[in-house]
Amino acid sequence: MEGEVLVDVRNIKKYFGPIKAVDDISFQVRRGEIFGFMGPNGAGKSTAMKIITCFLEQDSGAVRVAGHDTLTESLAVRQKIGYLPESAPAYGEMTVTGFLEFVADARAIADKAAAIDRVVDMTGLENVRYQTVETLSKGFKRRVGLAQALIHDPEVLILDEPTDGLDPNQKALVQDLINRIARNKAIILSTHILDEVERVCNRALIISKGQILVDSTPQELIARADNHNVIKLELAEGDKALAKRIEDQNWCERVIRQTETQWEIVAKDRENHLGEVMDLLEGVAVTSIAVQEGRLEELFREITEGVCA
Amino acid sequence: MSRYTGLSAIFKREFKAYFATPLGYIFLVIFLMASGWLTVARDFGQFLELRQASLVSFFSYLPHIFVVLVPAVAMRLWAEERKTGTVELLFTLPVTLQGSYLGKFLAGWAFLGVALALTFPVVIWVSVLGSPDWGTIVTGYFGSFLLAGAFLSIGMLFSALTKNQVVSFILSVAASVFLLSLGLPQVLEAIGSIAGVGGYLEQLFSALSLIDHFQSLMRGLLELRTVAFFVVLIGGWLGCGMMLLNQLKAS
Repeated sequence: MEGEVLVDVRNIKKYFGPIKAVDDISFQVRRGEIFGFMGPNGAGKSTAMKIITCFLEQDSGAVRVAGHDTLTESLAVRQKIGYLPESAPAYGEMTVTGFLEFVADARAIADKAAAIDRVVDMTGLENVRYQTVETLSKGFKRRVGLAQALIHDPEVLILDEPTDGLDPNQKALVQDLINRIARNKAIILSTHILDEVERVCNRALIISKGQILVDSTPQELIARADNHNVIKLELAEGDKALAKRIEDQNWCERVIRQTETQWEIVAKDRENHLGEVMDLLEGVAVTSIAVQEGRLEELFREITEGVCA
Repeated sequence: MSRYTGLSAIFKREFKAYFATPLGYIFLVIFLMASGWLTVARDFGQFLELRQASLVSFFSYLPHIFVVLVPAVAMRLWAEERKTGTVELLFTLPVTLQGSYLGKFLAGWAFLGVALALTFPVVIWVSVLGSPDWGTIVTGYFGSFLLAGAFLSIGMLFSALTKNQVVSFILSVAASVFLLSLGLPQVLEAIGSIAGVGGYLEQLFSALSLIDHFQSLMRGLLELRTVAFFVVLIGGWLGCGMMLLNQLKAS
C-alpha cells in the first residue's frame, strides 16, 4: 500500500467569518487508498473537499494534488480530479448524454464518444441516456454525478457523500462501483454512514469541529471500540463460582452479569479470549456464546461527543 | 490552457440551454410580437403613417423592449447555477472564471442576436415598400446588438449577485431603466435646470447616456467613440460581475 502521494494536505485553515470551518488539517492520500472522511454534520468535511477541488481557497496552508499546487496551478489540479459534489448537482434540462458531453468538452477530452460510452456502461446509465437529468430518480442522478466525475479517468476521485439519501440497493451499487474503480486511484469519500467506511475504505479519518481526531484504518478503529471482542454468554443456570473463576483470570477485566444467566465478559486487552473461556466452561451447560465485534458507530460517538458537547 | 479555458464548452452549453426550455421560445415570440407591434402602432412607431421607407419606427422602441426582456435572458445565467449548486460543478472543472463568465455572456448575446435576426421580415417589408437607406439599417442593427449586449452585461451582474432569479430580474430591470432614463430629454432638461452645475451635469449625463449613443447609430452615424462607449460599458459591467461572482460563488 505504499503508492505515491497524490493528495498532500498541509496545515490548511479556513474561516467563514468567525467560524473555523477547517482548523489546521494535514493528511496525505496515496495511490490505491480509499480514504473515508467521517465526522458529524458541519465538521468541515465538505469545506476541506472544496478546498482540495479548488472551489474554495484556504486561508493558510497548502494543498498539492499530483504535484500541483491548488492555488497556483488550479487548472492542472482540476484536470487531475474527478469530483462529485454533495447531492450531485447537474443541469436538469440536459439529457444524460448531453450533460456528459458538456463535461467532456470542458475537460477537453479528445475522444468524447468513447469516454461517454465507457462511463455510461460503468455506471449503468444505458437505459436513461437520452432522458433529461431532471426526470431521473435520486439514485440515477447520483450515478450521473459519478459518471461525470469519472469521465476523464482521473487519478484522484473526491466524492462528497456519494451514497447519502440512496436506498440500500442503490447504496450497494455505488459502493461496488467505488471498489471496482479503486485500483490506481486515490479516492477520498466523505460519509456519515459508518458501515460504509468499514465496507469500502482502507483508511479512515474522523474530523470534528474542523480538526482531525483520528487517522487510522477502519479495522484499527473497530478494535478500539469498548465493546470489541466482548464475549456474550448465556448459561442454562446461574453459577456464581464460575463467574468468580473467570474474573480471576489475569486477562479478564470483569464479568458483567446482566441477569443470573446472561453474562458479558470484558477482556483487559480487547483481544479475543474465546478459547480460554471455552476451557473454563467445560462441563457447564451453555445455551449460547458469541464474540462481539466492535461497532464503529459507538466509537464514533465516543470520539466526537467529547468535542461536540 | 489560457485565461479563457472552457469558454467554448460553456458557450455551447448555454446557447443550447436557451432552446432546451420553453423560456427561449417564449422570449422570441414575445420579443417579435412586441417589436412588430410597437413599430406599426399608431401611438408609437407609426410606421404606416410616416410613409417612409425607414426602420426608425422599428429601432426607436427596441431599447424599451430590451429593458424588460434582456434581464429575462440574463437572470438565469448565474442565479440558477448558484441555486441548484451546479456552480460547484462548473468551477471544479478545468475552466477559468473569465472563460465561464464570457462564455455565458457570449451565449446570451448570440441568443439576442438570433432574436434580432428574426426581425428580418421588417427589413424585407421596407425594401418592398420603397428604397431604404441600407447604411442606417446596418448601423441600426449594429447599435441594437450593442445595446442588447450592454443590458445583458448589466443583467448578468445582478444574476451573479443573487440566487433568486426573480430578484435578479427586478434589480436588472431597475438598473437598466435608470441608465436608460439618464439620457431622456425630460431628465436632461431637469438636470440642466439645476443652478450652477446644471450645465456640466447635463453634458456628463448625456455623454453617459445609452439612448444618445444608440440614436446616433440609428441615424447611421458610425463613430469610434460610440463603439468605444459600448465596449467600455460592457467590459466594465462584465469585470465587476466577475469580481462579484468570485466573491459570492461559494456562499
